[in-house]
Amino acid sequence: MNTVANLNRRSFLITSAAASGGLAVGLALPFGPEKATAQTSTPEIGAWVVIKPDDTVVVRVVRSEMGQGTVTGLCQLVAEELECDWDKVTWEYPTPGESVARKRVWGDFSTGGSRGIRTSHQYVRAGGAAAREMLKQAAADQWGVSAAELTVSKGVVTHKASNRSTTYGKVAEAASKLEMPQDVKLKDPKDWTIAGKPLKRLDTTDKVVGKMIYGMDVKLPGMLNAAVKACPVFGGLLKSFDDAKVSSLPGVRKVVRVNDSAVAVVADTWWQAKTALEALPIVWDEGENAKVSSATIAAWLKEGLDAPEAFVGNSNGDAIAALASAVKRVEAVYGYPYQNHACMEPLNATALYTLDKCDVWTGTQNAEAAFAAVVEASGLPAAKCDVHKTILGGGFGRRGRSDYVAQAVSIAKQMPGVPIKLIWSREEDMTHGTYHPVMQAKMVGGFDANNNLTALHVRLSGQSIVANLFPQNLDKGDTNPKNKGMDILTFQGLQRPGLEHAFGYTIPNLLIDHSMRNPHVPPGFWRGVNINQNAIFMECFMDELAQSVGQDELEFRRKLLSGLPRNLAVLNAVAERIGWGKPAPEGVHRGLAQMMAFDSYVAAAAEVSVSGGKIKVHRIVGATDCTYAVNPAQIERQVAGSFVYGLSALFYQECTVKAGAIEQTNFHEYNSMRIAEMPKIEAVIVPSGGNSRWGGVGEPTICVAAPAVLNAYFKATGQRIRSFPLKNHNIGMA
Amino acid sequence: MASLFKYLDPIFYITIRPNAPKPQTRRARFWALGAATKGGNTMIALTINGQTQNIEVDPNTPLLWALREQVGLTGTKYGCGIAQCGACTVHVDGAATRSCVLPVSAAVGKQITTIEGLAQNGVLHKVQKAWIDHDVPQCGYCQSGMIMAVAALLSGKPKPTDADINATITNICRCGTFQQVREAIHTAANA
Repeated sequence: MNTVANLNRRSFLITSAAASGGLAVGLALPFGPEKATAQTSTPEIGAWVVIKPDDTVVVRVVRSEMGQGTVTGLCQLVAEELECDWDKVTWEYPTPGESVARKRVWGDFSTGGSRGIRTSHQYVRAGGAAAREMLKQAAADQWGVSAAELTVSKGVVTHKASNRSTTYGKVAEAASKLEMPQDVKLKDPKDWTIAGKPLKRLDTTDKVVGKMIYGMDVKLPGMLNAAVKACPVFGGLLKSFDDAKVSSLPGVRKVVRVNDSAVAVVADTWWQAKTALEALPIVWDEGENAKVSSATIAAWLKEGLDAPEAFVGNSNGDAIAALASAVKRVEAVYGYPYQNHACMEPLNATALYTLDKCDVWTGTQNAEAAFAAVVEASGLPAAKCDVHKTILGGGFGRRGRSDYVAQAVSIAKQMPGVPIKLIWSREEDMTHGTYHPVMQAKMVGGFDANNNLTALHVRLSGQSIVANLFPQNLDKGDTNPKNKGMDILTFQGLQRPGLEHAFGYTIPNLLIDHSMRNPHVPPGFWRGVNINQNAIFMECFMDELAQSVGQDELEFRRKLLSGLPRNLAVLNAVAERIGWGKPAPEGVHRGLAQMMAFDSYVAAAAEVSVSGGKIKVHRIVGATDCTYAVNPAQIERQVAGSFVYGLSALFYQECTVKAGAIEQTNFHEYNSMRIAEMPKIEAVIVPSGGNSRWGGVGEPTICVAAPAVLNAYFKATGQRIRSFPLKNHNIGMA
Repeated sequence: MASLFKYLDPIFYITIRPNAPKPQTRRARFWALGAATKGGNTMIALTINGQTQNIEVDPNTPLLWALREQVGLTGTKYGCGIAQCGACTVHVDGAATRSCVLPVSAAVGKQITTIEGLAQNGVLHKVQKAWIDHDVPQCGYCQSGMIMAVAALLSGKPKPTDADINATITNICRCGTFQQVREAIHTAANA
């Protein structure tokens, strides 16, 4: 480690190893090319692997763990190529500051869009493979033999001809000084022994003994706690507050203006801060947005259903003309509400600002974005800032934003040298979310005289996340000048063939377009994102279409999916497992749905019964083809967990807007499924392999549970529900 | 994981490790409260995980926050603050109790057990073992409360039926681990 030829690289290696190898470093990580001695540091074998003398393997993971199992899966992929002993694998998070100093050697930190594994498997496996070759070479050098004569297994290097063997830990120091080989051939997945297996998670034990440190649990010497309140009306401003009224309350240290729209109380404990904040007189300038309500938003979206101008996300043939001449037309209007992520762990971040550095400890889905927020809010150069990630108590998209991080830094900046832990109350978390966008859809289908579906027009009207968050990314993926300003993500699951959220059905005349209407309520990526509503719109309407011509819902779909083996495979898998076409138990009814999103193909089949205004979901079979299954046990848990998230939304969850603000403040008004309501979930994993892009896991299946249940509910009652959540129709969950 | 922050507060790491020596009260107060606090606080003695802890706190403070901020036991989680989600569940005299709405004054003289005190003499509780066997947690944030609720259920009803589980375990888990939770409860019951 101390004799690496490349000086720049060497210094970065040392600083990084010092931060991770057990040395007691201070608050500030050393940055930049200054020399550091690291005599006792642990050898880093390429960027992804650190091997300690006791053979412990530390895998670097930059994607964030929020329960989805990405850490375990990524470690499996690295360990597979490394050929190490899985029982000796542990992991660590490099910081974005280290990444920047090392020219982003670990790539993208962002953990959203079900990308954790599917977009990094290639380079993390390459990192493991390169490390393996370096370790072999180090052993070969030691023995004076050719590396080609060596074999490796479970972290042991063997030279059979001379009957010698050694361990990775023994040659790691020497290996760390070698040049990293390029283009090492990766294993064929059929030869995997660690990846592809249903291994246990690496982070479980700490979670069952109360030892896992979430952002909420971070504690620094001399730390104070902050509670924050932002203007209830989005876009409104903080006019004034009367800090004299609370400054003498127990524990209160300071009342600070956080930004243009928020105020915080800093106290010895968070409970004191929250108590004082509730007593703080605050005057808001709510602005024009205070006139907005759910009703005005719905009316605006409704106009969009027939508006002349709309972005075209997908089309073939001439749907409008074909519908005009159709023998039979079927039409339906659907709507989907705002929803909050409601992560179990309310948002929080801990910041320490001094005049020349700023460090933040937080759970974030995107440490690089959080890092950028720290740099901006602190006003310090990037080399003086860093973000230290904790495990997340849920993310679901909400922790991809860094608003809470910027707030913590803003408060800390007003109290230099004092670590500040900012915790949002559940009420703040509920009323200042980045919400699942609102959307309405007008669905029109047309049949010819032989009951063939000849035309479909899907008109979406509603909110764009990209327009709010990354307006520079509008138009991305579309060159049609008429589509200038289009948000292609709005069409998730309805996109053109070949894209990662492609529409499956082959319909001779198709038009899927979007009238963009952006209310003032901030939208955000919410697990599954736009497939949640698009799958309900499309898959419920597919049942409506099939039923309008008296066709079996499965057969109707199969006909329109012919030539699409992956869509068909998951649909057929759930149909077969649920027993479609065979008699169901007395009083039990079935429904189906399928979708393609995040490059995965998914389907669900549900069995429900209805009694006394309540739906009992007995069983859901969920199938996914995510190309390769890195950890089937964790995929099963993601399928089941995504169904809980999706069904909680379907039955219970809506954030309504009154006088510009969100009305729901806590779980008593925003319910979430409990164990009593949990159906039996059967996950069917059908990875098709090959050279296709790898599919995601955390999100895709979420979208098929709701339409499968709704389609089964229709079979049970003859009632077609087209607006949500179901509680608004006095339908409960048994 | 890269646990930089573990170097920052050794006291913190000691306090959250089950069965580790508890910090001295004076030190705990120092780390939890920083310098002197102003008015409203009184000295309260709590029996937590078999040990008496003297803390200086406003008696109206919810037990949850006294545990987390005064005592330094952060395994018990804040989720909602209104006894809806169960993330804050601890045992008070053996009963599963949502500590976010229980004033700390009401816990005086009672045996409080938190997730950190569930394992005995370094041996995990059977519910914790079953949780590991079934790989239950996803994000894990709700699991302290879930485990405490289940441990209380099993102590009163060693072989619960699914109906017993449905009626008793009402904790929210946004990750949706319920299928593994149910399986693990039955495993623990048969352990």
